[in-house]
Amino acid sequence: MSRIGVFICHCGENISRTVDVERVAAQVAKLPGVAFSTDYKYMCSDPGQNLLKKTIQEQKLSHIVVAACSPRMHEKTFRKAVEAAGLNPFLCEMANIREHCSWVHEDKQEATLKAIEIVGMMVERVKKNRVLPTITVPVTKRALIIGGGIAGIQAALDIADCGHEVILVEREPSIGGHMAQLSETFPTLDCSQCIMTPKMVDVINHPKIKLYSYSEIELVEGYIGNFQVTIRRKARSVIEDKCTGCGVCMEKCPVKKIPNKFDCNLGMRPAIYVPFPQAVPNTPVIDRENCIKFKTGKCGLCQKVCGPGAVDYEQEDTLIVEAVGAIVVATGFDLYNITEKPKGSPIKGYGEFGHGKIPDVIDGMTFERLASASGPTGGKILRPSDGKEPKQIVFIQCIGSRAREKGISYCSKVCCMYTAKHTMLYHHKVHDGQAYVFFMDARTPGKSYDEFWRRSIEEEEAVYIRGMVSRLYQKGDKIVVMGSDIAVGVQVEIEADMVVLATAVQPQKGAELLAQKLGISYDKYNFYSEAHAKLRPVECATAGIYLAGACQGPKDIPETVSQASAAAAKVMTLLSKDKLEREPIVARVKESTCVGCFACKKVCAYGAVEEKEIRDRQGNLIKVVAYVNPGVCGGCGTCQATCPSKSVELDGYTDEQIVAMIEAL
Amino acid sequence: MHSEKQKHDFEPKIIAFVCTWCTYAGADLAGTSRMQYPANVRVLKFPCTGRIDPVFILKAFQQGADGVLVSGCHPGDCHYIAGNFHARRRFAAFRKLLEFVGVDLERLQFSWVSAAEGGKWVEVVSDLTEKVRNMGPMTEFKELALEEQWSGAINTAELKEAYNEI
Repeated sequence: MSRIGVFICHCGENISRTVDVERVAAQVAKLPGVAFSTDYKYMCSDPGQNLLKKTIQEQKLSHIVVAACSPRMHEKTFRKAVEAAGLNPFLCEMANIREHCSWVHEDKQEATLKAIEIVGMMVERVKKNRVLPTITVPVTKRALIIGGGIAGIQAALDIADCGHEVILVEREPSIGGHMAQLSETFPTLDCSQCIMTPKMVDVINHPKIKLYSYSEIELVEGYIGNFQVTIRRKARSVIEDKCTGCGVCMEKCPVKKIPNKFDCNLGMRPAIYVPFPQAVPNTPVIDRENCIKFKTGKCGLCQKVCGPGAVDYEQEDTLIVEAVGAIVVATGFDLYNITEKPKGSPIKGYGEFGHGKIPDVIDGMTFERLASASGPTGGKILRPSDGKEPKQIVFIQCIGSRAREKGISYCSKVCCMYTAKHTMLYHHKVHDGQAYVFFMDARTPGKSYDEFWRRSIEEEEAVYIRGMVSRLYQKGDKIVVMGSDIAVGVQVEIEADMVVLATAVQPQKGAELLAQKLGISYDKYNFYSEAHAKLRPVECATAGIYLAGACQGPKDIPETVSQASAAAAKVMTLLSKDKLEREPIVARVKESTCVGCFACKKVCAYGAVEEKEIRDRQGNLIKVVAYVNPGVCGGCGTCQATCPSKSVELDGYTDEQIVAMIEAL
Repeated sequence: MHSEKQKHDFEPKIIAFVCTWCTYAGADLAGTSRMQYPANVRVLKFPCTGRIDPVFILKAFQQGADGVLVSGCHPGDCHYIAGNFHARRRFAAFRKLLEFVGVDLERLQFSWVSAAEGGKWVEVVSDLTEKVRNMGPMTEFKELALEEQWSGAINTAELKEAYNEI
């Protein structure tokens, strides 16, 4: 006979405001098998957990139901408490009467009745819970970092400095990411290259870091502590081990006029190229779409001039499998291309700003390249159309961001600060120029941020106009900017030489495809979701996968670096263990009834089902049955729903438990 | 926000079978965002929609559910790689069977609600509740259950009499 204890939490007032917790406690006390029921202000607090432990021992309870918040929040907390009191942790279940009840209903009567039913359902379920043993699995003490921007670099260096091996995978030919493109950084106006490139060099020189540049993730298998990752090394057409990075090939390449993506298409590069001179690794790559050799079969000049013989036109993509225990996703962001209206997306684009049509309407990243000393203009602010210095420049903020009707409702967070920085850089370089900024609000929380923004107005003479721009059009060599100044209540018209749009920060294109390979969740904008917004901000809900940087949401550099170090700390915690306990939610085969049809094997996405021979004492084969390898089983239960003879059961989600819940309703 | 609540003659019982990674988390998000929806739904958590045996749906109807909702991760987003694809195939076939035995398919809904779609969860639950409320109680299985009871248990005067005669 089970002696079930039910503990109902008030969650301060979060539950008790709409659920009559005392009535719930009194009602469930009447259920068969319930030996004890009570309510308490904060079950998860130390006194709350002590109450739980004490009562288990005093009342000799056999099963526990804690009716409180979502099990996604505190299941682990309570199972740990139950274990400390000497019960198997899997004899404890949570009834979700907060997220699924008190917070979503206003009527106290209705919410209370629902809570009673939810708790009753869990009482019936817990009766059928079985003692489950913890399963331990080994931990592969290596980490994979996806993305070689500042987030990935920071995480890689931190983990490697701790002594663990790190695999860093970068899609582009060089690491560095967006930070390498920036000119100077707010709020200190440090040169981005000066603080970034030494870290890039640290990565390539680190004995514990293996860098795969120009590579992408093909496939991710396994689970926490034991991932197998297949990496596609794209054909570089240059053998990395042989190349010395002398650069003769790039000088001799006859194709010279390919717009360089790194310079936002302002500068040109040859067909065999490194994206920027400080690239790491400093090994060129052949852009096969534009190379004469690949297009026509002629040329081959780079191969002829290459001293070490590193150029290899025959090179093909190769697949490498690496075993790792933890993964950090640091794929970063992209800027919203406002001329695009992606099919099937709610994003509507902004035709009215003439971006893509008027050459001197550029985005913030293009301005960074213009202002960068290593950029296409050598750091001079010049118009892309005619190379003249703009004397009147207009910055427009919140393009795309905070525009629900256009499909993006979030704030991109960095634009207020980088626009203030842009006005300063402009003022430093064009002394007789005037910068105007159209803005909705200036959002400058952060150490020394507001002071920086004030400086752009008070010392660097930027004129801030509160209001939005309705239209831009070309008039001769000027761009007429029509907007409103809502502080004064007048229409404003400015004849500008150049316009810079602070376009929204978005996740990288294809972010959702990588998420699907990793099995992590993402929001409607394709930003990756953390396990808990406040308490687990760097972990994914999927165990063993961590997030760093702007792939999780818009972030500036200090925040990105902090998050990367936090993710690294999480990885180091994981890798510090030799063995890991994993949830014993795995499938088990009842060999006596298994007919060996192996329908389960066909549906198993993990390849966890093996064939097992059953022999008699003489060694004669009696039958072949299915066997689920508990180390490989993911615990989805698809096999159980598929099995025609009901011979496989997922621990923790058995038919018995589920039917008991349905019958309780 | 505090709109006057309408009273209805009939409040349907809705049972939702959801996966823990997407829809359960989506429903949690609806809670943390303090969205409001009808209190008719009872949520049963599964690791994956792939675990949901069609028998559970029958069982739910048999136990007096007026509507059943099955919801998991969007295709391609399954935490368990492909469980939701198996579920989708299974339920496509199962719907045909239900239709054949005469269950109104309007009472059974499949949807994809991700962990970030608290709003969609509210929409799906509210819509299904409203639809089933208008359809009225599901009687088919209840009648069948009553029939079973009549033939199996000694709880009618006629039966008692018959048994006593033996």
